[in-house]
Amino acid sequence: MSDTILETRDLTKHYGGVHALEGADFVLKRGEHVAIMGDNGAGKSTFVRQITGVEQRTRGDIIFDGKPVHFAGPLEAREAGIETVFQTLALADDLDVPDNLFLGREKLRFKLGPFSILDYKGMREATLAGLEKTAVKIPNIRNTIRNMSGGQRQCVAIARTATFASKLTIMDEPTAALGVQETAQVENIIRTLKEQGESLILVSHNMRQVFDLVDRIVVFRRGRIVANLMKEDTDGQDVVAYITGAKTGAEYEGAA
Amino acid sequence: MAEASHGTGGLTFDKTKRQWPNEMNVFGALILIVAIFEGLGALIMGQSFLFDSNDRFDSIFNEARLKIIILQVAIIGIIALGVTQVIISGGIDLSSGSVVGATAMIAMSFAQVAEVNGNPNPKAVFGPAWMDLPILVPIMVGLLCGIFAGMINGLFVAYARIPPFIATLGMMVSARGVAKWWTSGQPISFPTESYAAIGKGMMPVIIFVVLAVLFHLVMKYTLYGKHTYAIGSNEDAARMSGINVARHKVLVYTIAGMLAGVSAIVLTSKNLTAQSGMGIIYELDAIAMAVIGGVSLAGGRGSIIGTVIGALIFGVIISGFTFLRLDAFYQEMVKGGIIVGAVVLDQWRQQRAARRA
Ligand SMILES: Nc1ncnc2c1ncn2[C@@H]1O[C@H](COP(=O)(O)OP(=O)(O)O)[C@@H](O)[C@H]1O
Ligand SMILES: [Mg+2]
Repeated sequence: MSDTILETRDLTKHYGGVHALEGADFVLKRGEHVAIMGDNGAGKSTFVRQITGVEQRTRGDIIFDGKPVHFAGPLEAREAGIETVFQTLALADDLDVPDNLFLGREKLRFKLGPFSILDYKGMREATLAGLEKTAVKIPNIRNTIRNMSGGQRQCVAIARTATFASKLTIMDEPTAALGVQETAQVENIIRTLKEQGESLILVSHNMRQVFDLVDRIVVFRRGRIVANLMKEDTDGQDVVAYITGAKTGAEYEGAA
Repeated sequence: MAEASHGTGGLTFDKTKRQWPNEMNVFGALILIVAIFEGLGALIMGQSFLFDSNDRFDSIFNEARLKIIILQVAIIGIIALGVTQVIISGGIDLSSGSVVGATAMIAMSFAQVAEVNGNPNPKAVFGPAWMDLPILVPIMVGLLCGIFAGMINGLFVAYARIPPFIATLGMMVSARGVAKWWTSGQPISFPTESYAAIGKGMMPVIIFVVLAVLFHLVMKYTLYGKHTYAIGSNEDAARMSGINVARHKVLVYTIAGMLAGVSAIVLTSKNLTAQSGMGIIYELDAIAMAVIGGVSLAGGRGSIIGTVIGALIFGVIISGFTFLRLDAFYQEMVKGGIIVGAVVLDQWRQQRAARRA
């Protein structure tokens, strides 16, 4: 088993004339937590969408868990072991917590095509176990998530990771819309994932959060990777310089 | 040490924090409306609305009126079961009334007897051919008509991405055209005895109840139901979760069409005749039943149980006005008011939900 969980080579995505992502070479080690930073429109979400099969890449390779992969859709990526918390919350407000965790991969008691019988009990138990791991506080998991706070909803989205034995978790700005306390709750879950040896890609604008949580910072600018910084070797000012374009990493010269 | 950092967490699973089911509110409304009519009855008519005030029957209820209410509700209620699923999935179906009309004509034409009182059937659609067919033939033809119409609705909505309102409006006009074209507007009568048995007596009610129970279970306990709610609640989330949204929508509209077909079979059997104008504005009655029962036009919310109670409310209001001897014209006006009122109520519920979120 190689110690690399994810590698992308020359990963590229063009939307017509828009070069949203250009030649991204990226490596993530098992158990490593990496932050992706960059200005709005830098291509961070686009990068995430190519890895998770939400969109089909223009060019390049994705090697996940030792094998080149071509996910036709997000479900295939999830089945392979990549859990994603998307920037726009992929939750159904009118369903309860277990329904949301298991949406698209429900536990079944009896298989009968679209009329397969759901295993509610199994899903509830797995949900409780998953929430226990993340220490998410939810008054009653059988309530619809419509009336839950932003933090609780985000935690539900993140709890998917803990519920399914995933190999890689990707979070796209998970705390962008949250208050201070809710942000702290999400950060606690991320620490728990670190302790459990989960690999993580965290897209974030929050410098403090990034320096608190991750091992390494990768900076995107105008669709390209412009820096790859170990946390110990850098500081906030330095990272900002890369984000704004005042600096470019030595190995990326001429790229951007 | 590591545990301390999880101070804001901690799992609770509190049974007292369960949400109050919306169906209870709808049921409360039913009780309230019955009570209002009882009050008006005592005040204006000097008799009870639903209870037996004259000791004419063995039971305490006015069985005749109860029967009329549920019979009235059953046939359109069958349509409402399908409309409920369509609305929960985030769509709308305006075609069901016309599909009832077309299916009524086509199915009935396969259910005719050869001879009426010793003479050849005067209304024979295919001349002397295809008479006295086994009951399975008109039933299958009727179901297939509904399924076909519903599937076309679904394909237009899901794959051609035509807004449901427009796609099913087109079907509403076309299916009515089919109903008129089938016999150039002539009614079809004299069904076989076995066909006439389908809608005899309380059979429509039994069929409605059986279908309601079946689809309640399907919506609550199967993948189909869960995905229908998910799509209506957040279509993008459903898609991102790997649900084949387009294929699922086709299935939902197809089932709704099939239920309109069932309704047409029961209706023609009960009336012993089929006319091209059958089912006019049934779609609106069915939508009203669903919305009164708490099905949200925004999708994602509502239930079969709610719709059944909504259908009862609808029936109680209509027969309540008959009970109060209100003129038929007033009844139609009031019915229009109920439909608009139900939608206004839904809008209000949605806004309240949005404010809380
Ligand atoms: N579906 C799309 N079609 C066309 N352009 C897009 C699409 N998605 C993203 N883009 C463009 O690609 C660039 C990168 O976007 P994105 O990856 O969302 O940036 P980030 O997440 O870093 O803020 C932006 O210029 C954006 O406008
Ligand atoms: Mg983004």
